Amino acid sequence: MEFFERFAVPHPSPAIYASMVAIVLVSIAIVVGITYFKKWGYLWREWLTTVDHKKIGIMYLISALLMLFRGGADAIMMRAQLAKPENTLLDAQHYNEIFTTHGVVMIIFMAMPFIFAFMNIVVPLQIGARDVAFPRLNAISFWLFFAGAMLFNISFVVGGSPDAGWTSYFPLAGTDFSQSVGTNYYMIAIQISGIGSLMTGINMITTILNMRAPGMTLMKMPMFTCSSFISCIIILFAFPVLTIALIMCTTDRLFATNFFTSTDGGMDMLWANLFWIWGHPEVYILILPAFGIYSEVISTFSQRNLYGYKSMVGSMVIISLLSFFVWTHHFFTMGQGALTNSIFSITTMAIAVPTGVKIFNWLLTMYKGKIRFTVPMLYAVGFIPLFTVGGVTGVMLAMSAADYQYHNTMFLVAHFHNTIIPGVVFAMLAGLTYYWPKMFGFMLNERIGKWGFWFLTIGFCLAFFPMYITGLDGQARRMYTYSESTGFGPLNMLSFIGAGLMAIAFIIIVYNVLYSIKNSPRNVGDEPWNARSLEWATHNPVPEYNFARTPHVASSEAFWDAKKKGHELFKGEIEKIHMPNNSGVPFIMGIIFFICGFSFVFALWIPVVVSLIGIFACMTLRSFEKDDGRYISADEVKATEAKFGGAKS
Amino acid sequence: MKRTLLLSFMMLAVFLAGCEPLLVLDPKGPQAARQASDTWLLIVLMSGIVIIVLVLLIYMLVKFRASKQPEDYEPPHIEGSPVVEGIFIGIPIIIVTFLSFVSVKSNYIVENTPEGYVDQEPLVIYASSSNWKWHFSYPEENIETVNYLYIPTDRALEFKLYSYGPITSFWIPQLGGQKYAMADMVTTLHLAADMPGEYMGRNANFSGKGFAENTFQVTAMSQTQFDEWVQEVHETAEPLTEETFEQLLEPGHLGRMTFTGTHLGFNPPPEHDHGAETVHDEHADHAAEQH
Amino acid sequence: MNVKNAQPLEYSTHQNQLNILGFWIFLGAEIMLFATLFTTYFVMEHRTGNGPTGAEIFEITPVLIETFVLLTSSFTIGLGVHAMRIGRKNAMLAFFGITLLLGLGFLCVEIYEFVHYYHVGATYQTSGFTAALLTTLGTHGAHVTLGLFWGLFIMIQVAKRGITAQTANKSFIFSLYWHFLDVVWIFIFSFIYLKGMM
Repeated sequence: MEFFERFAVPHPSPAIYASMVAIVLVSIAIVVGITYFKKWGYLWREWLTTVDHKKIGIMYLISALLMLFRGGADAIMMRAQLAKPENTLLDAQHYNEIFTTHGVVMIIFMAMPFIFAFMNIVVPLQIGARDVAFPRLNAISFWLFFAGAMLFNISFVVGGSPDAGWTSYFPLAGTDFSQSVGTNYYMIAIQISGIGSLMTGINMITTILNMRAPGMTLMKMPMFTCSSFISCIIILFAFPVLTIALIMCTTDRLFATNFFTSTDGGMDMLWANLFWIWGHPEVYILILPAFGIYSEVISTFSQRNLYGYKSMVGSMVIISLLSFFVWTHHFFTMGQGALTNSIFSITTMAIAVPTGVKIFNWLLTMYKGKIRFTVPMLYAVGFIPLFTVGGVTGVMLAMSAADYQYHNTMFLVAHFHNTIIPGVVFAMLAGLTYYWPKMFGFMLNERIGKWGFWFLTIGFCLAFFPMYITGLDGQARRMYTYSESTGFGPLNMLSFIGAGLMAIAFIIIVYNVLYSIKNSPRNVGDEPWNARSLEWATHNPVPEYNFARTPHVASSEAFWDAKKKGHELFKGEIEKIHMPNNSGVPFIMGIIFFICGFSFVFALWIPVVVSLIGIFACMTLRSFEKDDGRYISADEVKATEAKFGGAKS
Repeated sequence: MKRTLLLSFMMLAVFLAGCEPLLVLDPKGPQAARQASDTWLLIVLMSGIVIIVLVLLIYMLVKFRASKQPEDYEPPHIEGSPVVEGIFIGIPIIIVTFLSFVSVKSNYIVENTPEGYVDQEPLVIYASSSNWKWHFSYPEENIETVNYLYIPTDRALEFKLYSYGPITSFWIPQLGGQKYAMADMVTTLHLAADMPGEYMGRNANFSGKGFAENTFQVTAMSQTQFDEWVQEVHETAEPLTEETFEQLLEPGHLGRMTFTGTHLGFNPPPEHDHGAETVHDEHADHAAEQH
Repeated sequence: MNVKNAQPLEYSTHQNQLNILGFWIFLGAEIMLFATLFTTYFVMEHRTGNGPTGAEIFEITPVLIETFVLLTSSFTIGLGVHAMRIGRKNAMLAFFGITLLLGLGFLCVEIYEFVHYYHVGATYQTSGFTAALLTTLGTHGAHVTLGLFWGLFIMIQVAKRGITAQTANKSFIFSLYWHFLDVVWIFIFSFIYLKGMM
């Protein structure tokens, strides 16, 4: 029995038992459902073994939406607990677990796969490529992310969730103060999905550098591709830091080393430094592709070319460089002294300049345009003022002396939600609506979508603006309760109402998906939005080979050129097309990584060794495998094109 | 959404102007006053920026929306213009440069003995946290309190911060901003109180289960009253022994406690110091001498 | 995709070019990885707690052997790639074999070194310094171990399939990896051992 006791949740509650039952029931339902509808073969052939960038993108998208609901449920519980003073809905331990998992899930398992979804779906199409550079590596990246996400999520019901905050500062996250396996889950789940992210970064950089359509120079790439490229370069340099930091934590927790302990030469501040050397660039990894989506959306629905393309690119390059030189602003209060704080205060504020350039460029893109208020455009229009509020409060936090008063308070919480929600989440929802016909061949309902937007925006303002005030009134973040005498009550209730509206908004968005699947007309055509860049020069949904003939490009708005200026996109005859083969190995590797990670969490060394051998066996297999891919014959391509209503000219 | 934004700003204004002033904007000491004036400067400046962006956005949306344009209107192709882009790069640079000067100046102000108190000998207080309590040691007065802090007004205070456990953050919003207390080094926070009163103090950095209640009460009083209090403690309180202190360090919550003597002798603060080694050593020696 | 014949075999298809470019980018990430380890080491260098310092435990002889062996292996793999380019399969296999043997030798000395540290009381758990030292060395050592298996598999493929566009590509990428490990070792040698012993 002793062996099994370690898997028990240390602080069980009805909610945890309920979710255990729910998880089991849902799993059984899924298995029974797939078996009943005889979909196992379909699932395996079309999805689990796929190396098609579009399908991998869609899988990222689905996972991200699932995680959004997991993280959102955490958020609602937190707001409910704080809605009134001395509330007893949750106890301290549960509250701590919930805000920790909320942070990790939202950043690592929601926002990251969301941007990877769009990178996968859109980037190869925008550069006129057939797939990414390493399709199979791409599948491995996805399954590693998925394994990490699943591992992190089962912590809730097996062994206990991490409870040291998403930053997991030592020594709190060390074995002295966090005895449960929760923090092991944190280290290992993030490690596994982090390796996946790093490989996606390498894959995308190679793709963008070497697979662009003829004529597409680096400065003629559509803005989303450009932003993804810069974002992936940040991934390349930021994620290895996290990998090492997590290895050191893991050894501290499992092998009793002294990297971050308080004794024997350990240094707890080293973790904070390494974490934020990754952590700060990480927020730009998220926000830059979001900026890219806004650029596409604003230019399409203003019917204007993007204003100041060069300064847009320049500002992103500067942001990416600066992002590595500001990490200390996350702990101005650590006592580095006035000089260090001054330097990092200035580098942080400097980021406001290139960000401001982008805001003004978007505003000027609308100038003399013909603005249509579609759902994606509404999100973009909502983003501009809300993100400006988030940006300027960021400047306030960058003033290190004043930050001594804002640090660790709800003011900070309001600030980063004010950048991440309008910045990243709005962009993802805009992208979701904008690229939905590209992915599935039908539109999402505009009317329901607009309801979703208004609920989300109003809910957002209600939920987060009050936090600026309570923060300045001394409400520290991560407090699970407060007394009535503090006077935080009414504003926190307002936040709770806002969070409720946001929850309704997300339900509306899901309802919209279901409604549109049922009711939306299928013959959406190839051009639902009157768009401008290359990804719209192929059919909706995109055939597996993307483009029947390789496009030739002369500007960043190749499709617009073709429509309005008589640019000839496709030349020559349709030829046979080389495609990569599907493979089950990435999926199997994902499963083995999951088993390996799980055994690591509980320090079960025999399964760890066995699964590690399994991972290396998969890699060896790959090394010896002869796989030259396959060809789609010219006739087959012509037939497919005909089905879509004729080849593109 | 614009209405919501406006509404929120109005709400903000109402809250800032009316009813109870927010703690951070209601300073009772020179450091907090500097931070509050910086905050006001930032609020005004930043609101200005938000309003400019909002006005530009509304102008674009109203003026160039499709329903107002003729059916056959084709928007022109406009490349970036160096002059326009120069303006909106230049203005933020000017603002950021201005704020940089303010920021650097404020940094040196809050990181040093408060202005106007420079020629005084500061009162040194060692504030250490353990799960989930605060221990305040007054080496010169040779007393120690738990979870409450008595300070004289109109005198520079020099807090030496460290932790027996997770990183915590020592914060008295009305006297000044926070600073971390960590296990393997000592950090220094300079504060002062201008007027007598009761102030809220707390740990602002998440430190585990008992974090929410990890607070302390600060009472500022005149120097004479403070001296009387010290006298009274020496007459009434029990001495702090090593065993008692070890018990105090056990995780949990305690009420207010008062002792004569400090733990600095038998359980000295960490040796490592961030920057100001000499200062700290001097005080440690000083503390040791007292025993 | 058609590529000019003037290019070496390992670059001869578009996928090959992608592989090499991708690997260079991967090495960028590896540089960052080791840079983080070095940074950690420099922070931890003097945080020895109750354990020994670097000067007390470092021994010059094994370190010199390791350095010499690994530098030589970097040279022999260069010869191997040269043999591959002029199409001499046996010479190539021989040089790759020597490289891997030297790598194995390096690994043996490193294991000896670790045992030595254990005996003089510098274990993984001793102090911040030993943890950083052994993690840095261990990460490099793990890379070498992985390289031994990888190199061996590539040799088997070359032996079975001959020098083709694919095997040449793999061998070339492996040589990049091996040179990279050598460069990392030079940094370890200079900034950990020499600096520590001085």
